[in-house]
Amino acid sequence: MRNYYFVGIMIAIYLMVYFTFPSLFYEAVLQTYLILLSVIPILALVFVFIFLFDLFVKPDKIGTYLGQEAGARGWIFSIVAGILSAGPIYVWYPLLSDLKEKGMRTSFMSTFLYNRSIKLPLLPIMIHYFGVTYTLILTLYMIIASVVVGYITEIIVDDTSGSRHT
Amino acid sequence: MLNFKKSARKTLNTINQSFPVVFGVVMAISLLIAAVPEYLYSRIFTGNILIDPLVGSFIGSVAAGNPITSYVIGGELLNEGVSLVAVTAFLLSWVTVGILNLPAEMDLLGKKFALTRNIICFIVAFFVAILTVTTLGFIGEI
Repeated sequence: MRNYYFVGIMIAIYLMVYFTFPSLFYEAVLQTYLILLSVIPILALVFVFIFLFDLFVKPDKIGTYLGQEAGARGWIFSIVAGILSAGPIYVWYPLLSDLKEKGMRTSFMSTFLYNRSIKLPLLPIMIHYFGVTYTLILTLYMIIASVVVGYITEIIVDDTSGSRHT
Repeated sequence: MLNFKKSARKTLNTINQSFPVVFGVVMAISLLIAAVPEYLYSRIFTGNILIDPLVGSFIGSVAAGNPITSYVIGGELLNEGVSLVAVTAFLLSWVTVGILNLPAEMDLLGKKFALTRNIICFIVAFFVAILTVTTLGFIGEI
């Protein structure tokens, strides 16, 4: 039931908007429809991943590739998977939640999410607006920053929960 | 041995738990996109080289939508004389910080994780922006 609170609040807000600014309401509903059209195929793919992971990948494998003992392999995997993953960030939360349950390191989750911001198909557009050098330098710093963000997130989150990892 | 039934049940359970949250986020983002016209972003910058990067980070964190929109707005902001550090902080926080995604992230990945990650990303956006522009200056690109 807790999962429905936020959508319930949003429906209430939409109802208020409907009675106060009807044109904004219709525009927002149209926008919701358009975003859902683009998001649902990726979300469906994520759910297929979850099914396949649950079926074929056992928690000890997650530990090897994304857990405490993963080492450099885990960092590289998180960075590359983050860069290659498509769609908006929130469609990947269910999969990460599942992997977290199976033992994925906090730092790798955070690093994966940070690298979601590097969009390879959009780089030509960024180059168009800001130039090649700017885009390359920013992208390089973002990859480095993703590791820093991952480490700091893990230190803070796991330390306060009493299970700090190195 | 593979257990299709168990995996299918678990996946359905995940769909049931996560879809309403994701749908709520989509509704929030749609309302913001519909309510805030793009030209409004440029009016919030002050012209102050110290305050503008923070303004950029803040607007980028609250704003939502396709990153292409942030490039277009960022390009316009540069044309209007907003500093490259501020525009870079804006671009970075647009894609790395998600205030509208926060309810979904807290619900599915944990409150502590979501809040910590977003706060760190907000701070890091500021420093990466300064580092990027300093590097560009160092190699003579600006």
